[in-house]
Amino acid sequence: MDTITLNIDGQEVKARRGMTVLEAAKEVGIYIPTLCYHPSLSPFGACRLCVVEIEKMRGFPTACTTPAAEGMVVHTNTPQLQNLRRNILELLLSEHPHQCLICDRKEHCGPFDICLRHVAVAERCVICPKNGRCELQQVAEWIGIKELTLPYTYKDLPVKRDGPFFDVDYNLCILCGRCVRVCQEVRGVGAIAFTYRGSQAMIGTAFDRPLLEAGCQSCGACVDVCPTGALMERANKWEGLPERQVVTTCPYCGVGCQLKLEIKNGNIIGVTPDLDGPANRGQACAKGRFGIVEFVHHPQRLTSPLIRRDGEFTEASWEEVLELVAGELAKYQGNQFGLISSAKCTNEENYVMQKFGRAVMGTNNIDHCARLCHAPTVAGLATSFGSGAMTNSIREIGDAACILAIGTNTTSAHPVIGLEIIRAVRNGAKLIVANPREVELCRFADIFLRHRPGTNVPLLMGMMRVIVDEGLLDSSFIEQRCENFAAFKDSLSNFDLDFVEKITGTPGELVAEAARMYATYKPATLLYAMGITQHSHGTDNVMATANLAMLTGNIGKPSSGVNPLRGQNNVQGACDMGALPNVYPGYQSVATPAIREKFEAAWGSSLSSIPGLTLTEIFDAAYEGKIKALYIVGENPILSDPNAKHVEEALKRLDFLVVQDIFLSETAQLAHVVLPAVTFAEKDGTFTNTERRVQRVRQAIEPIGDSQPDWQIVCQVAKRLDANGFDFEHPAEIMEEIARLTPSYGGISYERLENGGKIWPCPDREHPGTPILHVGTFARGKGKFIPLEYKPSAELPDEEYPLILTTERSLFQFHTGTMTRKVKGLNILRREELVEMNPQDAQRLGIADGDQVRVLSRRGEVLAKARVTEVSPCGVILMTFHFAENPTNVLTNPALDPVSKIPELKVCAVRVEKLPA
Amino acid sequence: MVEQIENMLASYKGEKGGLIPMLQKVQQRLGYLSPEAVSQIAKLLNISESEIFGVASFYAQFRFTPSGEHSVKVCLGTACHVRGGVRILETVERELNIVPGGTTQDYKFSLERVACFGCCALAPVMVIDKEVYGRMAPAKAKQILAEY
Repeated sequence: MDTITLNIDGQEVKARRGMTVLEAAKEVGIYIPTLCYHPSLSPFGACRLCVVEIEKMRGFPTACTTPAAEGMVVHTNTPQLQNLRRNILELLLSEHPHQCLICDRKEHCGPFDICLRHVAVAERCVICPKNGRCELQQVAEWIGIKELTLPYTYKDLPVKRDGPFFDVDYNLCILCGRCVRVCQEVRGVGAIAFTYRGSQAMIGTAFDRPLLEAGCQSCGACVDVCPTGALMERANKWEGLPERQVVTTCPYCGVGCQLKLEIKNGNIIGVTPDLDGPANRGQACAKGRFGIVEFVHHPQRLTSPLIRRDGEFTEASWEEVLELVAGELAKYQGNQFGLISSAKCTNEENYVMQKFGRAVMGTNNIDHCARLCHAPTVAGLATSFGSGAMTNSIREIGDAACILAIGTNTTSAHPVIGLEIIRAVRNGAKLIVANPREVELCRFADIFLRHRPGTNVPLLMGMMRVIVDEGLLDSSFIEQRCENFAAFKDSLSNFDLDFVEKITGTPGELVAEAARMYATYKPATLLYAMGITQHSHGTDNVMATANLAMLTGNIGKPSSGVNPLRGQNNVQGACDMGALPNVYPGYQSVATPAIREKFEAAWGSSLSSIPGLTLTEIFDAAYEGKIKALYIVGENPILSDPNAKHVEEALKRLDFLVVQDIFLSETAQLAHVVLPAVTFAEKDGTFTNTERRVQRVRQAIEPIGDSQPDWQIVCQVAKRLDANGFDFEHPAEIMEEIARLTPSYGGISYERLENGGKIWPCPDREHPGTPILHVGTFARGKGKFIPLEYKPSAELPDEEYPLILTTERSLFQFHTGTMTRKVKGLNILRREELVEMNPQDAQRLGIADGDQVRVLSRRGEVLAKARVTEVSPCGVILMTFHFAENPTNVLTNPALDPVSKIPELKVCAVRVEKLPA
Repeated sequence: MVEQIENMLASYKGEKGGLIPMLQKVQQRLGYLSPEAVSQIAKLLNISESEIFGVASFYAQFRFTPSGEHSVKVCLGTACHVRGGVRILETVERELNIVPGGTTQDYKFSLERVACFGCCALAPVMVIDKEVYGRMAPAKAKQILAEY
């Protein structure tokens, strides 16, 4: 690395080239006062407090905007500088309440004391919600200002409370512009800007509209960077300073944001994103930033085990309920039993659960919701590359030269990864968005390919045909690193642009242009999500993306690769831990005798060699009476699985259903026994995020009521079934066992996970982790090209059901809403199900925006409100599945992908009718 | 109207530094910056409406409300100021019940204060549309307004 040496206040300082004087000083602990500087933002130089003297430089440059240079001699604290800073601060304070800042009795003052100087209540620091963590306070203290010579104006503006989560008090605003810059630069939103000028200058919105109408996404980034009390979270505004902070991993999506939980009196009072989080670096979304406290401390949390007696739930003791569960489960050992594990639980818990299912219950009937999201990824990428996970890390996305985002509404479903895409675009990267819907990302895109739902294979094959025909392929990469190219090349012959245009509905020339862009701007990274996987040909889609990356040599290099974005906080980990019917932890096949023997020896039990049933098959088996007892942990299949009525009926037919959850979910209501589990905030463990990074989950508060961590509950049940190997005292011990048996987790231990976690494969204690897969050689040796053909979706629109229904997620709700719908503010931002449809379709059906409509498919019907928008293309309607009162999955098609058994949640044929008013 | 704005601004699409000329063109055509126009410009340049509003509200030349049928400008340049321009402005403000930058409810008049028309010999000066009224006095100003 390029280092330079400079002298700051007589101290030799080594700095990296490109650092500013301010950053170099900070590195060695020299304090320079700042108010507009923030590490997440580009230098601004507005507050002028960081002025320094640099020898051989004229005037007083600002340290935050001056690059450090070799041999520079900097003075940061001369009398002249202090005088200047005092003057600058006085100017700031002439428009900010400051009586307490310059009062020499401030140490003696408490919030309820009467001020001897008759300072107005609203202008006193001691009752400002930011008191004690206000940066203006710190700067004023350091500079030591004692009096103000300038006339003072209190702006006397009303406090704005138009958003659901934070208050805006511009009386305390010092116009540092951090909020404006974070909203524009980092979040790509620009809901706020500097408006007006001179003494009227103020942070505002277009035409002074309310924040939400100006496009505010309530991410809270502005609140996090505000140095004063101008922007304050409403929920904890008057809670005061937290007693302590616990860094942990966000429990919502797969990005794995590191969050600081603020604790006071044994409760979580607030959540702020951690600047050191490797995936999020100080950012979060509305769900993680504001949507945690309320669900963790919600009065509806399960606090006691429940047993169904005469159709009613009654509270029971743990002793009683564990005895009952163990006694009942003993009757169903073997393949009459099924276990549905949870992508919301920790790695340790998933490990314990699959161990319980396999070693104690003697069955491989173990699965979890990955079946409904990325089973094709695991199958498809394993076939092509040998490993079914993101090939590169999240941070690399921002440095890519070209990004192809296909079948992902990243800014809604993985908001913080969306920020990386925006960062890349700001750095000049090309962005190609392929999506049937005009998702928000299209705003940043160079090319928007609007293909029909279910036509990913022809679109990608069409692009590859252009790349091959125009000689844009990376021949040497293909020759050295890949196999089966000839067969694949032959399969391209079916995909000429006319055919592609006919099938996908995307102009051929645009497809060709996108192909050229992807093939020529390197490194190019490919991101995808459910739009690729949730099809009856999902595995083909995945393999098409793998083909495209190999064809252009975009794999095994920084900022390249094929990157499936995973939906749940720990869906990667749940797969890694073997909560799948065909593999043990680390994707070691249950059918391989040597591996089975290893696990039999380790677990002291004989194991089944037959792969178990998948999630969808478990419900079919339950429906048919083949599975009699089911243990569901932290999942809500009644809302999340396709053909929901069938699932509900299957669950009702079971002899014994145990549900372990934090709330009495729609599924739990059908159980015979409900076991209260704790949330992520009440337990230790690890989550593995979408980039394969194993990160710590740290206990912040004591379990609520009588609830217990999932691992502890399962271990107790196992012990009551006389099983050995469940005597764990702490999740760290479970991780030790995981590391012993799972090669890719071999080097993982709790000590090594401090400071940012580790990206697997991490085979031994010395290994630093592997952010980029397939460097030099593929996990399977050579990358395999797979010839593909076009397979239409299982159910296409016809006369009776003329529209296609596709499903999506809202930025403000998560999955089946078990957690997010407990949060008032998120429900304000997204209150109800909306059937989004194109204005042309709406007009034809006589439907106006806001009308109640009935959506019917061959499997059921759902009522919801219509939302007429051009985001939806003609012939396609969209619904989410967050709302139990409009269960979208009653409509969806359970047609399975033959390889991965994922149902076709993205395409089904429906009809829409307007309800009489 | 949306199409009208679109045609007007098509030539600026994607051009860097095009924002202010675009705003000027819109104001020239519509007389003010309408929310629809700002929304159109935001789409064309791919920047947020708030950013555009931020830029536009910085400059005195842009207005966000439709202007009245007649534009009344009262000069407060040095010469006019010395000879009582402030009193003329106050009179007009009272008479029309608006402040500088505003428009009367019937959209008949809009009021602006300016800093010198270059005819200081006539101070204090009021200009309505293109008509210059010199050597003003409060009573005279009232009378002139009444004539419109």
